[in-house]
Amino acid sequence: MDYPGLSIHALKDFLAAKKVTPLEVTEAVFARIDAVEEKIGAFITISREQALRRAEEAGKRLDRGEGGVLCGIPLAIKDVICTKGMRTTAGSKILEPFIPPYNATVIDKLEAAGAIIIGKLSMDEFAMGSANENCAYGVPKNPWNREYICGGSSGGSAAAVAADESFASLGSDTGGSIRQPASHCGIVGLKPTYGRVSRFGLLAYASSLDQIGPLAKDVRDCALLLGVISGYDPRDSTSVNQAVPDYQGALTDGLKGMTLGIPKEYFGEGLDPEVEAAVRGAVEKLQEAGATVRQVSLPHTAYGVAAYYIIAPAEASSNLARYDGVKYGMRDMDAETLMDMYKKTRSKGFGTEVKRRIIMGTYALSSGYYDAYYKKASQVRTLIVRDYQQAFAECDVLVSPVTPTPAWKIGEKSHDPLSMYLSDVLTIPANLAGIPGLSVPCGISRGGLPIGLQIQGAHFQEEKLLRVGFNLEQRLDMAGRKPDL
Amino acid sequence: MNISKEEVAKVANLARLELSEQEVIEITGQLDRILGYVAKLNEIDTTDVVPTTHALAIHNAFREDVVRPSLPQQEALANGPRQNGEAFVVPRII
Repeated sequence: MDYPGLSIHALKDFLAAKKVTPLEVTEAVFARIDAVEEKIGAFITISREQALRRAEEAGKRLDRGEGGVLCGIPLAIKDVICTKGMRTTAGSKILEPFIPPYNATVIDKLEAAGAIIIGKLSMDEFAMGSANENCAYGVPKNPWNREYICGGSSGGSAAAVAADESFASLGSDTGGSIRQPASHCGIVGLKPTYGRVSRFGLLAYASSLDQIGPLAKDVRDCALLLGVISGYDPRDSTSVNQAVPDYQGALTDGLKGMTLGIPKEYFGEGLDPEVEAAVRGAVEKLQEAGATVRQVSLPHTAYGVAAYYIIAPAEASSNLARYDGVKYGMRDMDAETLMDMYKKTRSKGFGTEVKRRIIMGTYALSSGYYDAYYKKASQVRTLIVRDYQQAFAECDVLVSPVTPTPAWKIGEKSHDPLSMYLSDVLTIPANLAGIPGLSVPCGISRGGLPIGLQIQGAHFQEEKLLRVGFNLEQRLDMAGRKPDL
Repeated sequence: MNISKEEVAKVANLARLELSEQEVIEITGQLDRILGYVAKLNEIDTTDVVPTTHALAIHNAFREDVVRPSLPQQEALANGPRQNGEAFVVPRII
């Protein structure tokens, strides 16, 4: 039996029937990692001994008829989420020696549900990037074609799941960083509503936009994980005290009574014809499932990227001030004065894209430019929020492409930051408005690269997104398709 | 030009970054293009539009001011690149 190839819900049946133990499953996952990781490079840190020990303990709990909904399931985590005692680098040299003294709330929740954390996954440094090329520890490859990017910034989180190196993973999404790599790697990825999932223990990039979410092999696993990690956390004052619904219960067949909005601005110039065809095909399947379709307009969509690349770097310039060589991470030990120590530590520790965004953000917030940049961008953000409010008065969810094109070749855009930024045009608006967005596979290009459908909804409407995604998955039979490694 | 080399050097200093001459030239060129692109926002009339700084309407999140356990000193210091068991050690300031 190819256990690493199973979904979590399928594996749970085998575990419940005692056909396999958590230890055997975890060993099988490490054997898979040993076989393919050299080709993919999804991990920054692998924690084998601890995982095997915990798998044994999980086996004993299952034998006693105990254990949570993820008991004995091995999972890997984006390296931006703190894991107690397990190195957490954010893909940056500046945090190379950092061992968190506490768990992020989402890690506590996963472990309380019985999950086994097997390692930490590659990412763009401090989650800044769209191709996972800005990682101090190597560039992971797309399992569908290793000359291509796996997407970013949660690239390792998507590649590991697509390559069956982890049953699912957690990522973070500030401008598309879960949905875009999920789309490029042919898996399911969800950015929950801002406030749905606690961010305590998430290394901050842009605090008004960041959100943690799951990447999974299918919609059911995604719903399962969302249920585990959601909920109010007194340690995150931006988390929202709202009941967590039964997300798996939302996965019902048929979409009768559901109205899908097609935002015309998402089908404009620069949209790859194969992506458009796959998305339009998916919309037909959703209509066959009973959904009604109507055209809607989000007139400020094209301004999202410009607003984002002021707001996110501005927040980052403040958040990343904490990396000063004093409290954690690396320090340049040769510096003689305090100022020299700050500058040398930060200049050696941060990569180029991070420096670029810190400078951009510091500039946008500096005296004399604040109104022209930060205030203006925050006002445009309001207009994007209003666009969505009007659209959701007319429809339940919005369906569109996740990205204008399938994955591109490694290196193709790495010397042109602006063209890289523009590839995020269809995912950024959801972060600006704080709404949830789901990426579900909907096709494969002639070149053999996956294409995703994006489903967006109003705040806290994750159940609707998952229901639409589930119906698409049932009718397309994409979940069984795997890259050939 | 939307931004000069001198401005980039000045802002880098504010952000406590040390850039080589080559980095200043490269970043100036890139930021110039990016700022040229974001100027697109000026196409929109935002008179009287209230800025959004937070996606959800949450205001002050208060809690009772009660003492709770926090990270023990040794654990808090453990990641310090240089520490003496009581405090982080930094180059002499005064």
